[in-house]
Amino acid sequence: MKSAVDIAADVRSGASSAREELERTLGVIEARNAELNVFLHVDVDGARRAAQAIDERVARGEDVGALAGVPIAIKDNMCQVGIPTTCSSKILKGWRPPYDATVITKIVAAGAVPVGKTNLDEFAMGSSTENSAFGPTRNPLDPTRVPGGSSGGSAAAVAAEMTAISLGSDTGGSIRQPAALCGLVGVKPTYGLVSRYGLVAFASSLDQIGPFSKTVKDSAVLLEVIAGHDPRDSTSLPEPSPSLVAHVNDGVAGKRIGLVRELFEGADENVVTCVRAAADALRDAGADVVELSIPELALTLSAYYLIAPAEASSNLARFDGVRYGLRVKADDVTSMMEATRTAGFGAEVKRRIMLGTYALSAGYYDAYYGQALKVRTLTIEAFARAYAQVDLLLGATTPSVAFKFGDKTDDPMAMYLNDVFTIPTNLAGDPALSVPFGTADEGLPVGVQLLGPGRSEAQLFAAARVLEIADGRS
Amino acid sequence: MTLPGEWEMVVGLEVHTELLTKSKLFCGCENHFGSEPNTNVCPVCLGLPGSLPVLNREAVEFAMRIGLALHCRIAPSTFHRKNYFYPDQSKDYQISQYDLPINSSGYLDLPDGTTVTIERAHMEEDTGKSTHLGGSGRLAGAESSLVDYNRCGVPLVEIVSGPDIRSSAQARAYAAELRGILIATGASDGRLEEGSMRFDANVSVRRPGEPLGTRCEIKNLNSLRSLQRAIDYEALRQIQLIENGAVVRQETRHWDENLAETSTLRVKEDADDYRYFRDPDLVDLAPDQTWQDRVRAALPPMPAERRAAVLALFAAPSSAQRDAVEVVIDLGLDPYVHAVASASGDTTLALSRAANEVAANLKSVANLTVDAFVTIVAMEQRGELSATQAKTVLGAILVDGGDPHEIATALGFEQLSADSLGATVASLIEDHPDEWLRYRDGDDKLAQFFIGQVMKLTRGQANGKAVIGELQARR
Repeated sequence: MKSAVDIAADVRSGASSAREELERTLGVIEARNAELNVFLHVDVDGARRAAQAIDERVARGEDVGALAGVPIAIKDNMCQVGIPTTCSSKILKGWRPPYDATVITKIVAAGAVPVGKTNLDEFAMGSSTENSAFGPTRNPLDPTRVPGGSSGGSAAAVAAEMTAISLGSDTGGSIRQPAALCGLVGVKPTYGLVSRYGLVAFASSLDQIGPFSKTVKDSAVLLEVIAGHDPRDSTSLPEPSPSLVAHVNDGVAGKRIGLVRELFEGADENVVTCVRAAADALRDAGADVVELSIPELALTLSAYYLIAPAEASSNLARFDGVRYGLRVKADDVTSMMEATRTAGFGAEVKRRIMLGTYALSAGYYDAYYGQALKVRTLTIEAFARAYAQVDLLLGATTPSVAFKFGDKTDDPMAMYLNDVFTIPTNLAGDPALSVPFGTADEGLPVGVQLLGPGRSEAQLFAAARVLEIADGRS
Repeated sequence: MTLPGEWEMVVGLEVHTELLTKSKLFCGCENHFGSEPNTNVCPVCLGLPGSLPVLNREAVEFAMRIGLALHCRIAPSTFHRKNYFYPDQSKDYQISQYDLPINSSGYLDLPDGTTVTIERAHMEEDTGKSTHLGGSGRLAGAESSLVDYNRCGVPLVEIVSGPDIRSSAQARAYAAELRGILIATGASDGRLEEGSMRFDANVSVRRPGEPLGTRCEIKNLNSLRSLQRAIDYEALRQIQLIENGAVVRQETRHWDENLAETSTLRVKEDADDYRYFRDPDLVDLAPDQTWQDRVRAALPPMPAERRAAVLALFAAPSSAQRDAVEVVIDLGLDPYVHAVASASGDTTLALSRAANEVAANLKSVANLTVDAFVTIVAMEQRGELSATQAKTVLGAILVDGGDPHEIATALGFEQLSADSLGATVASLIEDHPDEWLRYRDGDDKLAQFFIGQVMKLTRGQANGKAVIGELQARR
């Protein structure tokens, strides 16, 4: 299918129209959504009105922006005025936000046409989209397998060619892991590069919104649109949006890239093969690739599963039935809150709320949450030491290719281990992306992960572009 | 009140004050008391999913003013989340400062010469307000509840004293002095009746020299009177318990103003575990030295300094004058007294008029310019106005403003000229030679006789002091 870059060029030149591109998207959704369960809500009327407005502006000769007329799918944990926002949870039943997330404002200002909200693991807690209250999303490449998660719906929307681009959120790998499992580019930007205003929080110190696309350049375009300082988000970086698209073809000649043992050891053999092949491809393009070890990364999974649930236990407290969403009636307010939360949250969300509540409790804080914060500091320092030696890091995105439904649902630890390679950068606040490179035996895609220091997105895209070309995909 | 036997009370106060910022602590909603319920709200203060807090710069400035006025150290600080479920708290956690408050280690000097240490003065957000319908009127047992989130997110500073207070009167004096300081900083309006200031009192009792006793916290006292009564009641209750061989249980207690007693709200065992942790939605707060210096330089004089300045105008102030000074400082009327002093006028008269007539018309005090006040006092001092007339002119200006001379004329207080008064006195002396002789020979009581005669003739227009002046001139 056409890339977002091509759609925008066609819409701006008049070779195509926003309405035409939207109808194609709506057609694919109509054909495949019932089977794949990608969209929880399709805003047909709103999208048609938006597309019409874009076409009218093009007709008037206005510059409608870098995403002119590009249909885009939105993970259903981002607020859009008047559009149901569920976080794939029963507890937000019926809630329609009265405000737009900053990313929505930005993509709309750049001419994009939001078509609807995509499925996710409830409150972004999960790695397979099996934790959705509205049923799992299927992997378009093999509907017997998961698309990954938690942004499984947004990944599947692009993999199924419903839209060329989509927005996901990544707290511990929730963009990169489904990107790897669906054969896409997926980016977790530097913490603070993209505003979190309007993203329903899972773990505030880790959450970042980022793009999915088939091509490296599409992700660069989309990230450039959504990045930049936002006065509504205190943790937003002060700088304006960086120049990314202009550097996509900068290559890696002369770059030092570290192949990190802790970021691929233990992965399936065919994943390791692809990672090593990616290292060779980067070497062929002129990079100096060295193998190195960052032992501290072995501690990050445990630290993450204390910090993220701790923040979540507080972030999710507001879903109490008092102001919006589900309310289960009871005799008094405390019972009402209990009944509402019992009925409204799924098992994984409850598990993490309990984990987090425990980790923050008096008498346990120092041993759990406090200790995890120390590991986080060690992780940040360890990455900083690595980046003093090399420009970028390379590893696997996931230990395996897309797995079958139910494979890991009975064992939370097995599911959590799926994020072992993606979690470290979230703790450090650094950017990372997953780019497809090679295929495994079953013909399923493998994603390799590129990591860099804060605000190194332009270099990451340039390296990803090298792999995209080496992999024979344009 | 004195406690029985050797008992001594140990009291520490936690004072919450709302800040007079234009907007709330973490969003742009108007910070206004008395609006229609749920009209000053937005996604942020309603805690809607996805919304994020952004710290209000003006609130930080007010907090620093309070800290500096209380001689606190301003340090880099952080915001934490205090987690507990309650319907009037939109996020089910309160953003508050915890282990690193903006202000710490200060003190407050009281008018009686004692000092109370200030442990900290930190920032936090207020909650909404619940109205419980039916049942007891409290949350438990109510048939339904309504929540108004207008107050949710209003900036508060909580000022925590050390356990330095030893009597309910001292607690009251501390609260009153603190109120004066908060008003002087411009950070708070100090309106207790609107809940702008609320007090929690930690009370324990002991015999001198003994270690601190078990304390109870009395919550949400909202007047100086309640504060004082509740502390006295609670200290006596604890003494009685101990003297009867029982022990004081650490608990949070509620003061019932009508019953004039405290009762258990919750005991320590079932106190909440608030699971404080640093709010990841906010960044550290570290006001730079330039900002601190600017705030410090802009601070107006505090009540203690102003009180000393007014008292310095009097060689040996009487106790009534000391009380009058308190009134003048409390109501911010000291500039009037100082203006009279600067004009070398009668400060005793100025203090009295400010603490009585002006204080009684505080609502319209803006009508009274400092110059007009100085003029009225001078006119009275010179005898151009009698005391009654001066008060009348003052009252008229406080209602409508205006020029004292013009008002005096309009009211018919046109002074008898010195010539005309002299002529009147001279003719009275002629008419009453016996009385005059007795007066001339030293019987001062007869001055009253002449004043009475002058008043009769002038229908009260004359000034008694001026009459005595005329009499003495002829003696």
